[in-house]
Amino acid sequence: MAQITLIEAVTQALAYEMAHDESVMVLGEDVGLNGGVFRATQGLQEKFGELRVLDTPLDETTIAGVTVGLAVQGMKPVAEAQFEGFIYPMMEQIACHAARMRNRTRGRLTVPAVFRAPWGGGIRAPEHHSEANEHLFTNIPGLRVVMPSSPARAYGLLLAAIRDPDPVMFFEPKRIYRQYKEEVPDDGEALPLDVCFVLRDGTDVTLVSWGAQVKEALEAADELAEQGISAEVIDVATLTPLDFDTIAESVQKTGRCVIVHEAPKTAGFGAEIAARLAEECIYDLLAPVERVTGFDTHIPLFRLEMKYMPSVERVVDAVKRTLAAS
Amino acid sequence: MTIAAKFEIEYLQYLDAEGKQVRNDLPEFAKDLDHMVELYKLMLSTRVFDAKSIALQRTGKLGTYASCLGHEAAHVGIGSAMKPEDVYAPSYREYGAQLYRGVQPREVYMYWGGDERGNDYQKEPARHDFAWSVPIATQCLHAAGSALAFKIRGEKRVAVCTIGDGGSSKGDFYGAINIAGAQNLPLVAVIVNNQWAISVPRKIQSGAPTLAQKGIAAGLFSMQVDGNDIIAVRKAMEDALDRARSGNGGSVLELVTYRLGDHTTADDARRYRGEQEVKDGWEKEPMKRLRNWLVAKRVWDDAKEEAWKAECDDWMDNEVNAYLETKTQPVSAMFDYIFAEVPADLAKQRDYVLSLESKGH
Repeated sequence: MAQITLIEAVTQALAYEMAHDESVMVLGEDVGLNGGVFRATQGLQEKFGELRVLDTPLDETTIAGVTVGLAVQGMKPVAEAQFEGFIYPMMEQIACHAARMRNRTRGRLTVPAVFRAPWGGGIRAPEHHSEANEHLFTNIPGLRVVMPSSPARAYGLLLAAIRDPDPVMFFEPKRIYRQYKEEVPDDGEALPLDVCFVLRDGTDVTLVSWGAQVKEALEAADELAEQGISAEVIDVATLTPLDFDTIAESVQKTGRCVIVHEAPKTAGFGAEIAARLAEECIYDLLAPVERVTGFDTHIPLFRLEMKYMPSVERVVDAVKRTLAAS
Repeated sequence: MTIAAKFEIEYLQYLDAEGKQVRNDLPEFAKDLDHMVELYKLMLSTRVFDAKSIALQRTGKLGTYASCLGHEAAHVGIGSAMKPEDVYAPSYREYGAQLYRGVQPREVYMYWGGDERGNDYQKEPARHDFAWSVPIATQCLHAAGSALAFKIRGEKRVAVCTIGDGGSSKGDFYGAINIAGAQNLPLVAVIVNNQWAISVPRKIQSGAPTLAQKGIAAGLFSMQVDGNDIIAVRKAMEDALDRARSGNGGSVLELVTYRLGDHTTADDARRYRGEQEVKDGWEKEPMKRLRNWLVAKRVWDDAKEEAWKAECDDWMDNEVNAYLETKTQPVSAMFDYIFAEVPADLAKQRDYVLSLESKGH
């Protein structure tokens, strides 16, 4: 079986679902012959034609609004925002229509659509190409916000997102698009959209992360293990609706929690998890919850961008502070 | 001099403000006087409905309501030209079109009366139409997406959207007609130009002499129509729908009309426009000219008018009663339609609210 990267897993999932469900289609800028600027849709137009792999005019609002219309008519559109930083013009269509169509029509009309976007920084890209803004979507009712952190989870979660009867934001951490390969059977098996993934068991501290930062969390856990500290690592993966129970169970065991995410700190999604821990698990906590995040700044242009990113060192430091507290 | 492109915008009118025919080539449907009487009756019932809605709001039985006074020819013309299998994406005051397609007055009352069930149209073909769209012009892209779905599936259906003169300033409108031109989509985008976007007059929206010509930029057939002349509206719509259905492309139609009422019941148009302008608007309103024309053809008279108004009153009273008797939804309805199934995390919030209810909060 071939080993594939995260971006290849995205392509594999799209191809699988398009081959098995003729209502599935892809639309966006450069998704056709060019196969997308990251090649997520490589080869799809040759297989499925120009209408089902549709190059749109260069207007994100058009992509999002047309996606809503397609989905209401029973298509299952997978729309691509070329970069997360270009998703802002889509937000009115996503928030005012995709996310509330079912509710405002009492279930008469629905929007089974996926909005994909290469997410986050760390690839030395130009300005506006490195945004991490998942928290702007996790506060919108009626949306699922999903972020894979491995090729296998990209494949299984994207299949689940396409099959889901409601709109799903599918944010792909582009820093790890081609970071490593793993075996991903093209078996059409979807992963659940409502559970966190416990990637590593531990007893002293819970590291909670999603997207590209899962890598830093796992590396920090390795480093901590060498120092005799046992860290559990959770990939939230499906941010909303949140599976808080998995996080709570882990923290009840470890008594310590460090949340790691790339987006700015204030009102980032880590704040929600920290608040829920305060509400529901405060007596299990042996130390204050720590957040290792991007700063409340714009992500710098690339000479400084890695200084903005949560690093393994910052994660290890935070864990040590939680251990020192108790 | 080399000319890269040239264009012109035709203005279509059959009946002038007094109901005199200004051209002799009446379309086929207009030669069927029984049908023309039916159209007039629906315009009149729309006007009765509108007056009833405003009365409901003024007596505290309805929330904010957007009146359609003066738009009857435009709206009924749109609704009557469409086929059942077509899809309509309205903004929020096109009741004449929607009543034609099966939206019930009680549903309009429910929506403006604070109940989402008003958007759950029960009767076809309205049941497969979009619900009112409040964010301006966003519905144009839903129509374009629908048209794309029809094209992909090879269905002979057309998507129709309506916006106002203000809506034609928005990128969503331009995006919709732009992709319709690029992909040859079966889309008919109708600008109901009633001269006012709340308090902002038409001239502030655009320096273009017609709004129809915006369609030229998108490569669509474009025409300006007397929006108070139902024969012109219906004819322009029928032709646009035929072209779209047969794969010959989308259209932009600008229906020139006048908003005789306030923007909504929360608005007071006296703050920003003069009495004379409104008086002039009444001179050109759509009911009078069609009534004069039908009376001259001896198929309509005062007795028929009074009898039909009385029937409309009964219909609306029945609808109002049905609306007023509708019980408020259970509080759990707030949670039940966010997703196909209520997620576990959301169910906790729902259960909390239900526990408050059981305590009588």
